Amino acid sequence: MESVWIALSLSLKVAGWATALNIVLGISVGYFLARTRFFGRDLLDTLLTLPMVMPPTVLGYYLLVLVGRRSAFGSWLYDTFGINLIFTWQGAVIAATVVAFPLVFKPARAAFEAVDSELEQAARVLGVSEISIFFRITLPLAWRGILAGVLLAFARALGEFGATLMVAGSIPGKTQTLSIAVYEAVQAGKDDTANMLVVITSIVCVVVLLTASRLAPGRVSERTR
Amino acid sequence: MLKTTLSNLLTAVVMTASVTAYAADLTVSAASSLTNAFKDIATNFEAAHPEHTIHLNFAGSGELLQQIAKGAPVDVFASADQETMDKAQAQHLLDNSSRKDFVQNTLVVISPRNSVLKLNSLDDLQQLALQRLAISNPDSVPVGRYSKQALLDNNLWAALSDKMINTQNVRQSLDYVARDEVDAGFVYATDAAIMADKVKVQFTVRLQSVVSYPIVITQEGSAKQLSQQFIDFIFSPQSQAVLSQYGFSQP
Repeated sequence: MESVWIALSLSLKVAGWATALNIVLGISVGYFLARTRFFGRDLLDTLLTLPMVMPPTVLGYYLLVLVGRRSAFGSWLYDTFGINLIFTWQGAVIAATVVAFPLVFKPARAAFEAVDSELEQAARVLGVSEISIFFRITLPLAWRGILAGVLLAFARALGEFGATLMVAGSIPGKTQTLSIAVYEAVQAGKDDTANMLVVITSIVCVVVLLTASRLAPGRVSERTR
Repeated sequence: MLKTTLSNLLTAVVMTASVTAYAADLTVSAASSLTNAFKDIATNFEAAHPEHTIHLNFAGSGELLQQIAKGAPVDVFASADQETMDKAQAQHLLDNSSRKDFVQNTLVVISPRNSVLKLNSLDDLQQLALQRLAISNPDSVPVGRYSKQALLDNNLWAALSDKMINTQNVRQSLDYVARDEVDAGFVYATDAAIMADKVKVQFTVRLQSVVSYPIVITQEGSAKQLSQQFIDFIFSPQSQAVLSQYGFSQP
């Protein structure tokens, strides 16, 4: 029973960190792609969206090859900082971040593109600095659309299985998240534990999706109508 | 590759569109450690009986048991231990009379090929330089259960628990060692032999019980006759030669 709560809190920790990273990364990349024109922009957008459509096992393999001890990046991390990402909860965070990234970045880009640029222009004419335009005008106007994406990304990170299992393994209390604990319980024929785990997972997901739908764009106009 | 994919697609279309002549499909669930040997044996079997098709399903034995228990259409089941088979028998999933042991294996500890570690016994796994030890999940994977038992017998299970990296089947442990992601791991001698260019065997683990593999026809299986034919084929000199070529020994 206790192991169920450990798995849940680990899942929340991993999904929380992955979401925090994606808020920063997804919003900045989304803003960048919405506001700049350059050759290869569509290709870059496609590449960044890939994690959404690629099988998690493919991503898991990429990550294992890219950050593993044998890889250039992985051995540099290990030799320089003594950091080893494989089989750690930080490794699980990376897997979840990559998988959920498009869910933040895509809506963020769309939300930024929908912001009326005349409002930003007006502020610019009034002498407001660019950074302050972003935080006081652009971001607040785009926020709703972004937030819905963030919640979906959180839910996706919470449910991440394939890439996480390959990169972080399944160490109880360390990298064994809810979804992996379900898999192990079913494999071992522990149906009681499995039942418990799937009920908890379902409840958490329903709460997240309900929240996301409340924040989704379009809801405001519906309410005011 | 593309040709195979296309022909598979075509087969699927033809199969769904028409009633085919007598030709049976056989689904065989086998322990991960049997992967290479059973692939060869299935190819040989299909060469000898072109009208039949063998579908192979590999995973940890415990996972295979759960699939069968939940109603997976499996005809023949080969597990890497007696315990999983006993559990299946207790759940009345098997045609008990068909159960037979067909090969044996040994448990070894391996490390990456270029590892500087020198390990001679289970006690050596306590070395500080050894930080990560791959071990299959003892709850569902026979090789994990054998490893855990050996560690328990030597009072090392608790002491080593911080180093353990749980894996879902023996081949995942093998892969992690081959990739140098762990310092050592428990696998069967036959698995180590497949990746001899990437891993080295440090020592053989002495066990109380023998690692023997039973094979059986399932209760729910549809192609009973063909199932028996396949099991007989496993005991044929040709298949036994394949198995011993991969390092399995006779029971």
